[in-house]
Amino acid sequence: MRMRTMEISVGFLMLAGFLALVVLALNISGLSLAGQGGGYKVYARFENIGGLTVRSKVSMSGVQIGEVTNIRIDTDLLMAEVEMTIRDDVDYLSTDSSAQILTSGLLGEQYIGITPGAEDETLQDGDRIRDTQSALVLEELVGKFLFNKVSE
Amino acid sequence: MLDWIQSLGHTGLSRLAAFGRAGQLLVQALVAKPAPVMMFPLLVKQLYFVGVLSLIIIVVSGAFIGMVLGLQGYTILVDYGSEQAVGQMVALSLVRELAPVVTALLFAGRAGSALTAEIGLMKATEQLASFEMIGVDPLRRIIAPRFWAGFISMPILTVIFSVVGVWGGAIVAVEWLGIYDGSFWANMQQAVDFREDVLNGVIKSIVFGFVVTWIAVFEGYDCVPTSEGISQATTRTVVFSSLAVLGLDFILTALMFGEL
Amino acid sequence: MDSLSDTIIDIRGLTFRRGSRTIFDDISLQVPRGKVTAIMGPSGTGKTTLLKLIGGQLKPDAGQILLDNDNIPTLSRSELFIARERMGMLFQSGALFTDMTVFENVAYPIRVHTDLADDMIRDIVLMKLQAVGLRGAAALMPSELSGGMARRVALARAIALDPDIVMYDEPFTGQDPIAMGVLVNLIRRLNQALGHTSIIVSHDITETLGIADYVYVIADGRVIAQGTPQELADVDSDKVRQFMQGLPDGPVPFHYPAADYLQELLKEAQ
Repeated sequence: MRMRTMEISVGFLMLAGFLALVVLALNISGLSLAGQGGGYKVYARFENIGGLTVRSKVSMSGVQIGEVTNIRIDTDLLMAEVEMTIRDDVDYLSTDSSAQILTSGLLGEQYIGITPGAEDETLQDGDRIRDTQSALVLEELVGKFLFNKVSE
Repeated sequence: MLDWIQSLGHTGLSRLAAFGRAGQLLVQALVAKPAPVMMFPLLVKQLYFVGVLSLIIIVVSGAFIGMVLGLQGYTILVDYGSEQAVGQMVALSLVRELAPVVTALLFAGRAGSALTAEIGLMKATEQLASFEMIGVDPLRRIIAPRFWAGFISMPILTVIFSVVGVWGGAIVAVEWLGIYDGSFWANMQQAVDFREDVLNGVIKSIVFGFVVTWIAVFEGYDCVPTSEGISQATTRTVVFSSLAVLGLDFILTALMFGEL
Repeated sequence: MDSLSDTIIDIRGLTFRRGSRTIFDDISLQVPRGKVTAIMGPSGTGKTTLLKLIGGQLKPDAGQILLDNDNIPTLSRSELFIARERMGMLFQSGALFTDMTVFENVAYPIRVHTDLADDMIRDIVLMKLQAVGLRGAAALMPSELSGGMARRVALARAIALDPDIVMYDEPFTGQDPIAMGVLVNLIRRLNQALGHTSIIVSHDITETLGIADYVYVIADGRVIAQGTPQELADVDSDKVRQFMQGLPDGPVPFHYPAADYLQELLKEAQ
């Protein structure tokens, strides 16, 4: 009978471990069971991407609609080219949408904000967003400000 | 001077020999055919001693460490006005580092030392020899179930530690310090990646579980069967496993999260 | 040894060293089948080591240990486990498994080596426990037993599989007179009733001589005397007489080798 209580408690331990892993997955790492990896790719070129990294979020009106999946240098234009994956259900971005690199808070992390345009045609897999705005680099801003002061 | 070098060489050689014996033990205990008398009840029993009985210390330490992290994280981050990031800080430091390492250290102190002392005492009271004379390989009957129990328990205890720790951090940050719980959890979920952070932490804990139980079981099996020998072996278990865990943690962290 | 020609264990030219210390130096001895053989000698002469060599737990540096026709030191691990089914050993400390009840301790070797049904095992175990007078203690844990009882349970476990050979490692040390009497009686009786060969390693002279058929006295890694208990009483050797009669000084000196006492005292004073 002592064996039985032992087996039960070991069973509970196993169960607790499994539940903990589920909590870690869903609640803490925010792994959503639905629609992982589903999405279409859109490209955009930027002069300067600042602190943008892979896995930075892509959002529209503050709602996350995808994430940055790759960053490389376009060797012809010598600009940064960002590949982002947009969720499949977001299929209403017009071809004249614009992409901006924004900062959440003064020192927060950087993300891409998409502002939709007015065209009827929508972005498809592999399309490019033409209208882009680079990251605001604080040093440049301060430099410009000082330069303007001096030239006045 | 020459004496010193000689003693250094002697220590090195005997350590190397012990390491060889430890490897032999591992191979024999694991490669050996399953024990004739049911292995499963033995494993359950060891899981109970090693896993279930370690649960309380793991839960209590996890809660306190999470709460301290929440408190410290808040006081540091509030200076930069980014106290919402406390959730992300608590979760990342727990899942990646503190849960596997602290669990392994507590495990070495709580279960590892007990394993060593138990096996050492079995050796001293001739129980191991007795198994051999009955025709049962003590490696299979005594060592293998204990080894597997430690190996299985460690990842379980680690994930429990993580969850309890995050919960402790949330209690302090949200309930006590008044951070908006939406941003607490959202920041955390956005920063913590399941594969990158959670699974890597679990992999760490599996490695630690392997190393700590291996050391504990070997030190018990290899000890000098006297009361002094057992106490030394128990100390060695705690010291060696702690050092091994900390050293391996650095190597694993460098491999997993470093830019190597 | 002509009168006892039926030999079960034949040890020939056995040499065993531990580090630089020679424990056995080319000794030979024969254990007759079905009898009680005692191996005696002062502490530290490696009597327990001899049992471990016979059980194959240690390997000798030279020589043969023949159990019928199997040479123990050359057996493989699995052959050795088969050979050990024929042996039962009573360890000095009893060596009961502390995590099992008395019943399970005795049942363990049966469970390992046979496929008997549970009620069959129960009958055998109770029979063995009855033989050592501890059937009533079947449900106790080893920690609840006295030293003498623990040794009797260990004895029941050693004979659980009806082995051909039962080895007793210092069965009488640290026992009160009653427990000692019980054990002496048991060893003798079991030997007669079950017909196995007994090997007793001991330095308790009167008890051992009382039940032994044949005695070997070992000292300094060699057999210094052998024979029946009567023959040994008449051996004309200082060493043997010192041991058998328990004289404090003799060939085995009272003093550990040391420098001259007077000189050492004087050196201190200088």
